[in-house]
Amino acid sequence: MVMSWVFAGILSISLLSAMYLGNGSALAAAVPKGAQAGITLAISLAGSICLWSGAGKLMEHCGLTHFLSKLLRPLLHRVFPDTKKDPLLASALSGNICANFLGLGNAATPMGIQATKRLTDPKHPNFATDQMCRLIVLNTASIQLIPSNVAAVRVSLGCTTPFDILPAVWLTSLSAAAIGLLGAFLLGKVWRHD
Amino acid sequence: MTDYLVPILLLGICCAALRKKENAYDLLLTGGADGLKLLVSIIPALVMLLTAVTMLRASGAVTLLSHFAAPLFDFFGIPPETAILVLIRPISGSAALAVGTELMATYGVDSQIGRTAAVMLGSTETTFYTISVYFGAAGIHKTRYTLLAALMADCTGFFMATLTTRLFFA
Repeated sequence: MVMSWVFAGILSISLLSAMYLGNGSALAAAVPKGAQAGITLAISLAGSICLWSGAGKLMEHCGLTHFLSKLLRPLLHRVFPDTKKDPLLASALSGNICANFLGLGNAATPMGIQATKRLTDPKHPNFATDQMCRLIVLNTASIQLIPSNVAAVRVSLGCTTPFDILPAVWLTSLSAAAIGLLGAFLLGKVWRHD
Repeated sequence: MTDYLVPILLLGICCAALRKKENAYDLLLTGGADGLKLLVSIIPALVMLLTAVTMLRASGAVTLLSHFAAPLFDFFGIPPETAILVLIRPISGSAALAVGTELMATYGVDSQIGRTAAVMLGSTETTFYTISVYFGAAGIHKTRYTLLAALMADCTGFFMATLTTRLFFA
């Protein structure tokens, strides 16, 4: 439903500013051009999505996810103290983080939902707990090893070094996660239940 | 260094799978097929949103928006041309991909704006979608400060995308 409003909003802003600035013919030409660009984008993404989904499946089965979860354990205990007494929560959480790290969005979501359910406070089942907020922050900061979709778009636009943005992407998402977590810790201190 | 990362990763996971006596090639094929199914399911969204975004650009609204956002964005050193991407990124992943692609095409994929857009796309997520899916499935109604903290992470991401792009490609 949100997207319907976003779509209608974009169209009305376009129409109004085209009328205001006298860009009517450009606006009309943009309709078929944009639709065509959607298909072009889908085609330019197809190869990369196919390859990396295959590679993702392989990463799940070759033990890389398992290995990463082990590496994560100390950090996990710190950010999510409940994992010390709940091994199922620990495996769902580390699975979620590793899947995100390896770019396996489809695998990450079910594990993230499972972890959220296990983090529910039995006394206040409708309330977001502090650790839940941290899980959401980690998910929205998108710490990803290979941002393959962006790389594919860059290649389709003629870029010869699509992966040269990797260090910038890593540094950016790590800082976003760090600041988000710090903010969540501080907000959790002042923003109590009910 | 980053040149070798992707080939080495691909070879590494193949070898690891072979060591575990997994049928590596079969896994690649099934995973790849799943990925293509996912792509087909998002094609309509990509077409609709790129139509809307291209109209927004052609109408001159993007230029107007950048103009209005310029004081705030300049203050943080973020290119005002990316204002539309910053606005739409937390709401919709496909729309952000559409906007980012359009930005890279308009300003050049290796330009400062194009690179900043790419880093923003690669290092942030669809915040509202993530919150609604995770909390919806777990039955959480009182989200407390989750949105605020997540948006703090997003804003840091947008700011750091500009900073790191300048740092690595100035």
